[in-house]
Amino acid sequence: MNVALTLPLLIPFVAAALAMLAWRWVAVQRWLGIGGALGQLVAGLVLLFAVREGGIQATQLGDWPAPFGITLVADLFSATMVVITGLMGLAVAIYSVGGLDVRRESFGYYPLLLILLVGVCGAFLTGDIFNLFVWFEVMLIASFVLLALGGERAQLEGAMKYVTINLVSSAFFLSAVGILYGLTGTLNMADLAVRLRELDAPHIETTVAMLLLVVFGIKAAIFPLFFWLPASYHTPPVVVSAIFAGLLTKVGVYALIRVFTLLFVGEVGFTHTLIMVLAALTMIVGVLGAVAQHEVRRILSFHIVSQIGYMIMGLGLFTATALAASVFYIVHHIIVKTNLFLVAGVMRLVGGSFELKELGGLYRTSPLLAVLFLVPAMSLAGIPPLSGFVAKLGLVQAGIDVEQYWLVGVALAVSALTLLSMTKIWAEAFWKSAPEGASVTLEEARPPQTGGRATLIGPMAALAAITISIGLLAEPLFTLSLEAGEQLMNPDGYIEAVLGEGR
Amino acid sequence: MELILSILVGALFAAALYTMLRRSIVRLAIGLTLLAHAANLLIFTVSGVGRSGPPIVPEGEQAPIGAFSDPVPQALILTAIVISFGVLAFLLVLVKRAYQAVGSDDIDEMVSTER
Repeated sequence: MNVALTLPLLIPFVAAALAMLAWRWVAVQRWLGIGGALGQLVAGLVLLFAVREGGIQATQLGDWPAPFGITLVADLFSATMVVITGLMGLAVAIYSVGGLDVRRESFGYYPLLLILLVGVCGAFLTGDIFNLFVWFEVMLIASFVLLALGGERAQLEGAMKYVTINLVSSAFFLSAVGILYGLTGTLNMADLAVRLRELDAPHIETTVAMLLLVVFGIKAAIFPLFFWLPASYHTPPVVVSAIFAGLLTKVGVYALIRVFTLLFVGEVGFTHTLIMVLAALTMIVGVLGAVAQHEVRRILSFHIVSQIGYMIMGLGLFTATALAASVFYIVHHIIVKTNLFLVAGVMRLVGGSFELKELGGLYRTSPLLAVLFLVPAMSLAGIPPLSGFVAKLGLVQAGIDVEQYWLVGVALAVSALTLLSMTKIWAEAFWKSAPEGASVTLEEARPPQTGGRATLIGPMAALAAITISIGLLAEPLFTLSLEAGEQLMNPDGYIEAVLGEGR
Repeated sequence: MELILSILVGALFAAALYTMLRRSIVRLAIGLTLLAHAANLLIFTVSGVGRSGPPIVPEGEQAPIGAFSDPVPQALILTAIVISFGVLAFLLVLVKRAYQAVGSDDIDEMVSTER
């Protein structure tokens, strides 16, 4: 039993259970929320060091040997994702103290947030495809309740759409798992990889691959399965949008990368070319959707879709450097996107609205907020020296290496349109003079409760600082991503870590 | 037997999708229920249906002797049923709340998220 693999799950889970018990004491729940997320972050860092030092870590739950028991396994990609999950959980938990109304806080917000973190981490760490389904459901049920918590009309409508599409995708996931089990007689992903190599049934294999592409495509919001995202992500309070925007679609991307590097690598010419085309379409459609929007959160939602295209692009190119660039991109994107939603929340507090035409003059009234917006926004567009520049540079280089110039062209054009969208928010909300002069300053803005401004500005400033430092000191993270990319391209190490040397 | 079950799975999927495409949110919920059943039955069918003994290892042996039925698909289905039960319970409450908030069970009326 390897404790390092279970702690990122157990710590937030125990904190969630305790927070449930402390139902009446919101202050206790807050500390448990922050503590649980912090514990997950620390446990994730320990795990990352263990993987860095000792190679891929695997453990069998209940000591049933693989492939019979449920395996937890962490390679560098998984471990990095766990760390980033803990970091986002911590940022959002702190922000929630000042940024969420007490009514929602006292109706189980913190336990739900922690369970969401458990589900996300479980999906990153599991080495069993049915168990992946279970973790998806854990994550989903927490996200359903978080989305509907508060019960406003728009929230309920958004939740209906979100719940429906996710239940459909769960049913397809279950079907795909069933067919895979019928084909191979195993559910352990490492064992599946071995048996699928030996299996001589390319048509059924590709059918299952396409079924899983649809399933994870829905979760990741790739073209043409993204419509639920801009219809639901802007409805809940901004803290919930922020954690959703940061983490949930990326679990879909993670599952896609895992499945299409480990299991379905027999028909690369077909599957990965298709993924490249989908990546290009996702980028284009997402960014064009954003151009047409005039509500900050909806613009940001469409940009999630567009950015998913970049992450899938690395998978489609299917080289070690391309996958490394994807890993780097995911890390960069999670931080930046969460931060942008948190900033949007403060823009609402200061300017009174999410609508661009009702906002204005924020640069004059709250210059600090302007800086905090500008860093993640420019990073999203890929302006050097911020993290987005390095991430896009990596993808573009990987694309040129394998001579997919059309895809590189699309990526660069979409990047320019992203900049257009971000400058639109900047010009409308920050530079334009305030309509009716009703804007208040950051100092006068009153958060929904007494948590104080520090709990709002602290997480935003910290995330912005991380964005800048990833951009300026890209070397460590890029080396890590390269190693993760190498591991993904050579799944034998993963298989050996799970099944032992014998196979 | 497998053929009949396969046709039944197909019929369930078709019925589920048809019901979900109606505009009423109650029908949507029923469709999602059927969809979960279809997936469960699919797992059951794909993993083979037939007469065989219980998967019990006799004393002194390392593996069950003769044909035995695989318990794993049943465990999967049981887990999936429990999960879909919980999720559908939530869905029903959501349908009720959405109906109360919107004042109609027509999905076409739920357009306030568009703006």
